[in-house]
Amino acid sequence: MNHNETHNDASHGTVKGYLIGFVLAVILTVIPFYVVMSGDFSKVTTLWTIITLAVIQIWVHLKYFLHLNFITEEGRANTFSFLFSALIIIMVVGLSVWIIYESNAMMMY
Amino acid sequence: MSTLSINVEAENTKLASHDDHAHDHHDTSGDTVFGFWLYLMTDCLLFASFFATYAVLFMNTVGGVSGKDIFELDFVAVETAALLISSITFGFAMICAQGQKKALTLIWLAITFCLGAAFIGMEIYEFTHLIEHGNGPQGSAFLSSFFALVGLHGLHVTAGLIWMTILMIEVARRGLGKPTVTRLMCLSLFWHFLDIVWICVFSVVYLMGAM
Amino acid sequence: MSFLGKLSLDAIPYHEPILVFTMAAIAIGGIVLFTLITKYNKWGVLWRDWITSVDHKRLGIMYIFVALVMLFRGFSDAIMMRTQLALATSGAPGILPPEHYDQIFTAHGVIMIIFMAMPFMIGLMNIILPLQIGARDVAFPFLNNLSFWLTASGAILINISLVFGEFAKTGWVAYPPLSELTFSPGVGVDYYIWALQISGLGTLLTAVNFLVTVFKMRAPGMTLMKMPIFTWTCTWANILIAASFPILTALLAMLTLDRYLGFHFFTNDGGGNAMMYINLFWAWGHPEVYILVLPAFGIFSEIISTFTSKRLFGYTSMIYASGAISILGFIVWLHHFFTMGSSANVNAFFGVMTMIIAVPTGVKLFNWLFTIYRGRLQMTVPVMWTLGFMVTFTVGGMTGVLLAIPGADYVLHNSLFLIAHFHNTIIGGAVFGYLAGFTFWFPKAMGFKLNVRWGKAAFWFWIVGFFVAFMPLYVLGFLGMTRRLNHTNNPDWNIWLYIAAGGAVLIMFGIICQVVQLFVSFRDREALDDETGDPWNGHTLEWATSSPPQAYNFAVIPEVHDIDAWTDMKEKGQVYQSKASYEAIHMPKNTSAGVLMGLTLTIFCFAMIWHVWWLAIVGLVGAIGVFIKRCYSNDVDYYVQPEEVLATENAFNLSGSAKINSKGIKA
Repeated sequence: MNHNETHNDASHGTVKGYLIGFVLAVILTVIPFYVVMSGDFSKVTTLWTIITLAVIQIWVHLKYFLHLNFITEEGRANTFSFLFSALIIIMVVGLSVWIIYESNAMMMY
Repeated sequence: MSTLSINVEAENTKLASHDDHAHDHHDTSGDTVFGFWLYLMTDCLLFASFFATYAVLFMNTVGGVSGKDIFELDFVAVETAALLISSITFGFAMICAQGQKKALTLIWLAITFCLGAAFIGMEIYEFTHLIEHGNGPQGSAFLSSFFALVGLHGLHVTAGLIWMTILMIEVARRGLGKPTVTRLMCLSLFWHFLDIVWICVFSVVYLMGAM
Repeated sequence: MSFLGKLSLDAIPYHEPILVFTMAAIAIGGIVLFTLITKYNKWGVLWRDWITSVDHKRLGIMYIFVALVMLFRGFSDAIMMRTQLALATSGAPGILPPEHYDQIFTAHGVIMIIFMAMPFMIGLMNIILPLQIGARDVAFPFLNNLSFWLTASGAILINISLVFGEFAKTGWVAYPPLSELTFSPGVGVDYYIWALQISGLGTLLTAVNFLVTVFKMRAPGMTLMKMPIFTWTCTWANILIAASFPILTALLAMLTLDRYLGFHFFTNDGGGNAMMYINLFWAWGHPEVYILVLPAFGIFSEIISTFTSKRLFGYTSMIYASGAISILGFIVWLHHFFTMGSSANVNAFFGVMTMIIAVPTGVKLFNWLFTIYRGRLQMTVPVMWTLGFMVTFTVGGMTGVLLAIPGADYVLHNSLFLIAHFHNTIIGGAVFGYLAGFTFWFPKAMGFKLNVRWGKAAFWFWIVGFFVAFMPLYVLGFLGMTRRLNHTNNPDWNIWLYIAAGGAVLIMFGIICQVVQLFVSFRDREALDDETGDPWNGHTLEWATSSPPQAYNFAVIPEVHDIDAWTDMKEKGQVYQSKASYEAIHMPKNTSAGVLMGLTLTIFCFAMIWHVWWLAIVGLVGAIGVFIKRCYSNDVDYYVQPEEVLATENAFNLSGSAKINSKGIKA
């Protein structure tokens, strides 16, 4: 096999890494589906379960499938650009929702 | 499989030490992948705008159906499973591509393609089903934003499938040369990225909507 | 639905004298241009050296060409509006009927922001940024060519709307429900949507391209904190583009779905929420103004530092200030619609944020002043633009802080006070910056300097004209005149409207001076020749190349040891030295894929506007086909041979060192 060709770090993964990521992703998907479909839990619990597990699952995908890291130069560049995007998304989505909900409230809508 | 992973790990360590500062000519594969990653970040913002709109409009059902009435979670669970499995099969395709195993790469890509196509098929079924029952996107602001958000993701997956077809032809005809592997890397980023978007879709739209 | 969709002969507005006249002028101009190019046999040159070029410097020049053409169009709109308002006082109808006038103010805004300021900024960035970081080209040269043609497509669409159909009558923001199908059933808003969508795509690709260029292709030794300040401010602008333009894409897509497929995002019925459009529009729109002004700040910094022969004061603080502006720029957007009536907490938050963002901007102004302090400021044309900017922009900034107070904004919202404010910042900040940069870097791009006398005349007409045109608008705002009025009937306003029209005429003289300046400079280009490539004793690497630079920019990639890399090299006597031999240089090949995609996408958009579905499919499939073919082509590069490099470099270094010796500088 020809391994002298260099490849980009960002795309590297191992079978083990993918399997760990996959198992975690399945667990993190099944739990919120179960919580909602069973309907045994209170609304607040359900909501926070969904949000928390979604955030964790995003992190799992980023780490095991997209290979974001702070170690390699490429990994750092990708990670920082992702974190910056996440910051902007939180600001834009969060503030938008706040603005519109408050204006709805003002209109007693 | 195990020899494969060892080889890739060996290459990882080799790469970790490599120091690539001299960029005397452009368009190296690293630049391409980084550029594509930045494009994906802009795509994140695109989806974020649709999510924000959905979050604002989802209660505006104007007397029509709400999420609770139309979402079938077991159906969505199967869709999710198809996408999740396609993620790991694409991962295996990438490992094979980096190991220069052409036939295996093509097989894993084909499996990924089938899973992706199954997902799209299910989504088209869901949409036509809704429209047939008079719950098309023209029904209410909730339905508009739902169709647009989920449809945008579906459109991305469709583009990914077209891209995958073209790359499979390229791999079959040209083998796994450096430019081809770089293109596969970009598609793999795209595919895994769409998975993350789907996590947000099923959490925010389907699960919260069906609560 | 007919074969040609909504398109028919009625779409051509031959009953409007002004438009017929414009069309005739365009037709005659086009015929003359076509004949001249054919007569002098320049079609080949045009195709090889410009249209299909992937050279960032040539693309930059084409961007600026588009910007200047669109400046002409946008300014024609402006002067028509000022004439209309000066004539239509005391109840008179004026020369422009409302439906035409509404199109003009919409077109003016869209053109000036999207098709004048943006291409101007991107053009300067294209020419200078790769040179400043010591790169031979951008990261993705084909993509750069494609971006240009996407921008050009948008510009072409907006000009086609003069001849076929109409343009939007909604104001440049196209707020629903007015821009929805119910209230704007014509094709105007569709032109708006597709022109913005396609040029926005081009801009987004440019940003990604230049971000990769800056992060991956800097010359060895140039760490991020040694990057020239213009490159830094462009990088912040590119980050803002990458983060904000997708919002515009999403927003326009939603409006498209509303208008074409009957969705209910922003409609009055069906539970739509028009406020969400306004919200998302400004979530893009506010970062957009920083995208325009940050590169201009970089230009001023370069100019001040060069013409005081000093290092820029507070380089690091300048970078952090730009960063702070970029991030804060994302959490102030609601100040564009305080009056929407969200809660007091919301208005207070955004008001305070808006006032805070004035702080880093203030930091920058003090940095420039401290750079001038104890320097020997040469009163060149770029410096005059810079000083003009400092005064004008400060006025604009202060009125902005005033508008940031929600209570005051309730009084001044949508009045001419607002119009005066944002022209104060955009003309005084961005446009003055681009014009300064245009004069400053013109010799680099074209090989000869611009005539100084006409440059100074242009500056004085512009700045005096600016104040005469826009100060009255502050007064009119306080007197209660709102924006977008077609005619007025208040005798108190008349005098101010007359003065403002006079100001617009003065600015027109400024633009005429600039045209004459270009003509005169071209005529005297032998005398104004820049043979050293460093006419102003510059500080950064773009001045290390010949003027205009070779296609490959640098025969040998320079090693960087200092923020002012070129000054450092001059001090160490490492300049204009030929090597005995050079290595072959790897360069990208020209491609026709960009222009073909631009063409097919223009067809797609035009067909979508007129509901000619079959043609839209043809255009879209064509564009995708060209793109795929280009992506999988492996014949995209070539090598400049060492002998050729040696010959060109020797010739350039000889003239460069001759100049240095004659000046008595140690070479």
